[in-house]
Amino acid sequence: MSSVPMSHILFVSTALFFIGMYGLFTRRNMITMLMAIELILNSVNINFVVFNKYLYPDKLDGIFFTIFIITIAAAEAAVAIAIIINLYRSHRSIDVENASEMKW
Amino acid sequence: MTASAIIFYIISAFVLGAGLLAMTTRKIFRSAIWLLFSLIGVAALYFWLQVEFIAAVQIIVYVGGIVVLIIFSIFLTQQSGKEMPRQSLQRTIASVLAVLFGFGLTFLQIWKYNFQPTGKSFNWTVSKIGSQMLNTSTGGYALPFEVVSMLLLASMVGCIVIAMKAPLATNGTADQQLLKKLDGKPEEELGITQISEV
Repeated sequence: MSSVPMSHILFVSTALFFIGMYGLFTRRNMITMLMAIELILNSVNINFVVFNKYLYPDKLDGIFFTIFIITIAAAEAAVAIAIIINLYRSHRSIDVENASEMKW
Repeated sequence: MTASAIIFYIISAFVLGAGLLAMTTRKIFRSAIWLLFSLIGVAALYFWLQVEFIAAVQIIVYVGGIVVLIIFSIFLTQQSGKEMPRQSLQRTIASVLAVLFGFGLTFLQIWKYNFQPTGKSFNWTVSKIGSQMLNTSTGGYALPFEVVSMLLLASMVGCIVIAMKAPLATNGTADQQLLKKLDGKPEEELGITQISEV
């Protein structure tokens, strides 16, 4: 087996998750916020694969969850970009601070 | 420290560094390129974990699909050379603190729990994945598979409808609208949007 302890791999996925959270907190541009969400989804995928490989090697459920998450991330990115382009047509900007019509 | 471990630490440093740069650089196009490198690094991590199928899916879908889509949308909506405005210092400090505390807390839990691998070898094959994916008995994933295919269809139709240009506001034929336009009305009244600077 590998010589890397499992917590080091989990360190990478946790750090990637919180890097994505940092981007989500600080960025105000919709495309960069979408990129932050992609990073977060990737860190979750790493976790699923690692837990499946090291803790339940005779099952495949983590692999399936990863595949479905990747699929749904692709659909989500496509819809988000369609919304962004539509918003750009009406507002000439994709800054979330400028799209405040539906804010309460 | 074996060669495998050294490769793992190089890959992780690459993933985290590229991810951090993608989230902190102020030029949006560079941000997309750093994201691309980070996603390739994650695919390399899957290769290192010896799940080559997921690595291939990661490269095909993320690197080949999503990042290209993001880059296209950057070209459609932004002047890519322009820098994004700087965030207020207060917001940056608050975000850094929140993220550091969250990371510390989460990783402390992982460290204390001390996951122990079972040591058994993980043997997957693509045929195993395929037969379980289309299996309708217990443990099969046929229902999620169908649901995801419907989701993809719905999101495809939804994307086309959302990103389509709005239909013209007046309910006449194109010829009548052309006549109106020739009458000297401004174009905005006809609902024609022009994207001048793309």
